[in-house]
Amino acid sequence: MNKELMLGNKALARGLYEAGCSVISSYPGTPSTEITEEAAKYNEIYCEWAPNEKVALEVAHGATLGGVRAACAMKHVGLNVAADPLFTISYQGLNAGLVIFVADDPGMHSSQNEQDSRHYAIAAKIPMLEPSDSAEALAFVKIAYQISETYNTPVLVRMCTRIAHSQSIVETSDRVVPPQVPYVKDPGKVMMTKNSRDAHVRVEKRTEALRAFAEKTDINVLEDNGSDTGFITSSTSYQYVKEVFGDSVNVLKLGMAFPLPVEKIKLFAKKCKKIYVLEELDPIVEQHCKSLGVKVTGKELFPVCGEFSQNLLRLKTGMAVPERVSERTDVPMRPPVMCAGCPHRGIFYVLSKLKCMVYGDIGCYTLGAVAPLNAMDLNVCMGASCSGLHGFNLAMKQAGEKHAVGVIGDSTFIHSGITGITDIAYNMTNSTVIILDNSITGMTGHQQNPATGKNLRGEPAGKVDLEALCRAVGFNRVTVIDPYDLKTVERVIKEELEAEEPSIIISRRPCVMIKGTVHKAPLVPDRDKCTGCKMCMKIGCPAVSVRNDKVSIDSTLCIGCGVCTQMCRFGALTEVDR
Amino acid sequence: MKTTNIMIVGVGGQGTLLASKVLGRVLLDAGYDVKVSEVHGMSQRGGSVVTYVRYGEKVYSPVIDEGEADCIVSFELLEALRWLSYLKPGGRMIVNLQKIDPMPVITGAAAYPDDALAQMQKLPLKLSAYDYLVLAEQAGSAKAVNLTLLGTLSNGFADIPLSVWENAIRELVPAKFVELNLAAFRLGRELPQ
Repeated sequence: MNKELMLGNKALARGLYEAGCSVISSYPGTPSTEITEEAAKYNEIYCEWAPNEKVALEVAHGATLGGVRAACAMKHVGLNVAADPLFTISYQGLNAGLVIFVADDPGMHSSQNEQDSRHYAIAAKIPMLEPSDSAEALAFVKIAYQISETYNTPVLVRMCTRIAHSQSIVETSDRVVPPQVPYVKDPGKVMMTKNSRDAHVRVEKRTEALRAFAEKTDINVLEDNGSDTGFITSSTSYQYVKEVFGDSVNVLKLGMAFPLPVEKIKLFAKKCKKIYVLEELDPIVEQHCKSLGVKVTGKELFPVCGEFSQNLLRLKTGMAVPERVSERTDVPMRPPVMCAGCPHRGIFYVLSKLKCMVYGDIGCYTLGAVAPLNAMDLNVCMGASCSGLHGFNLAMKQAGEKHAVGVIGDSTFIHSGITGITDIAYNMTNSTVIILDNSITGMTGHQQNPATGKNLRGEPAGKVDLEALCRAVGFNRVTVIDPYDLKTVERVIKEELEAEEPSIIISRRPCVMIKGTVHKAPLVPDRDKCTGCKMCMKIGCPAVSVRNDKVSIDSTLCIGCGVCTQMCRFGALTEVDR
Repeated sequence: MKTTNIMIVGVGGQGTLLASKVLGRVLLDAGYDVKVSEVHGMSQRGGSVVTYVRYGEKVYSPVIDEGEADCIVSFELLEALRWLSYLKPGGRMIVNLQKIDPMPVITGAAAYPDDALAQMQKLPLKLSAYDYLVLAEQAGSAKAVNLTLLGTLSNGFADIPLSVWENAIRELVPAKFVELNLAAFRLGRELPQ
């Protein structure tokens, strides 16, 4: 036994290692990415980045059919993509344990919505566990595999940002690998007609068996502290209850989010006069309690939207919040920004200048929406920039085709953009999609993807030829540009918008944060030439500012990309040989 | 014993995560229950970042709420003001006087407050303000500013010997930067209060 301070996601990876997991296939997404990255540090586990979550889940399931324990990890919106295989894998069953990690993001620290993944467990009838700290994260992975193999079901493990991204103490032990289960062909496994009907009956019986498990499992813990007041809670909400109330209230801590126990809740209700349900996002436990006739206070007090905290709990239950040294002061916001030298900047500057309608997508480039670029009109989900643009142009006809573009990163394009551009080419709107190929999955912390030519461990791997792919699905016009060259960017975007056929622009320049990207010397502004016109400020580079009416360059940030040089008509921002 | 709350705040890219990792490790080695809560993803792109470090006999919540922090270590002046309401009356504020303009200031949509330090001097808190960037440069690199601040913070732990801090730094910092970071840590630790 070794005691370590471990990130929740790293503890899951440790759990996978100790449980003898052999195959992991995932797509990165905050706050789930580190599960797979940390697991990849163990040579005993095969880990890969798949093109998207649907593929990842199918790969992991395939590995369990081959008889080894497998897993995949994704963020909440990733489970939407993986929902198709999820529902039928629930029927299909496995040949070895399958654990699916899904990380929700209450408060939307790094997400476009705040959906509650517990709905998927209910809808797909798949058991779901919910750890409340790193030690539980590690332990629950092993329990998940036991449940998976005992009940022949995939198991969902739901994380939230606070559990995924906080470190707490875990005790580690050795890896134990179960023997590989031989594959045996079974005609009942083909999901059609009678087989599917039989499988559904089996799933319903399984859920009943799991409900019985939920009554007796010790991950649903009843803490009887002899109080009149009780809290039914789980995950990070459990920690807030303990933080505020300690041992002064009764607590039913649910380590299993689906199926929920019945008798345990009724027993708990008998011990308390007043029961609160504290759960972030949707009132799932609350509605379950109410369906049992148990009177509880939930969402009429605690909000559906956003994260909870100990002060929220104090306020809502009529307690005083701690005194503070000062009230909140009004200070300028510090929003995230595109890095100095970011190759996306030039594209967004030109799109903004041309007043294009920009259908955005999911990635670092979503930051093209913020001031001063203000270059993005909207975004929806991975890949929507391509298909959504096509629909927009169908409605707007010529007017749309002459000024609307879709903007999508390389990883997002591989994930879900290919089908969208295929629709454009097949059904022929004159749509223009710009692929921002920065040779990395940037926003989630620089993961490789099928367009980079490297695998998860950075080793040489297969590489998607984006130009050839776009031509193969039916695009005759495929142009590659360097986003640092503003004149060419502007000329090509204008040309492609005018073209009377579908077109692809590939803006190619590696992310400046990738190790090994060559940076030039920082620019040294010529203050005598600067007229203080502030044209250079229009690109929103964090390295460029104007102080006392003269331009100033932050040499710790500037990488000499030269985009601001092209903005200056007075030659105040030229490169200097040193 | 009650739980002690330390916040490490700054601007994405300033090295707050490494500082919190070292601190978490030191507290673990000193025998406490510890939780360290980090921010990943969107917030790292030059945005405002915060790390919560909590320790004691038994720590529950991974986060620190307003009015709960015993100490805030701010890597940047404006960020100290942003998180001020999290500090308990009488709490400790260690602040780097370095100013990093946020985008609304760069674009002229907002002004950097010129009385940030004066505002804090009027409040009931124990203030240690210094230009830690200069100190880090003395140690050999502006990038070691995180360890200089950690050095000053380490003075508040009378019961944790220097060797525990130095061991944690040796284990968590890449080998070629260990000496630089140890030097930076010592400069911060020896700073007169």
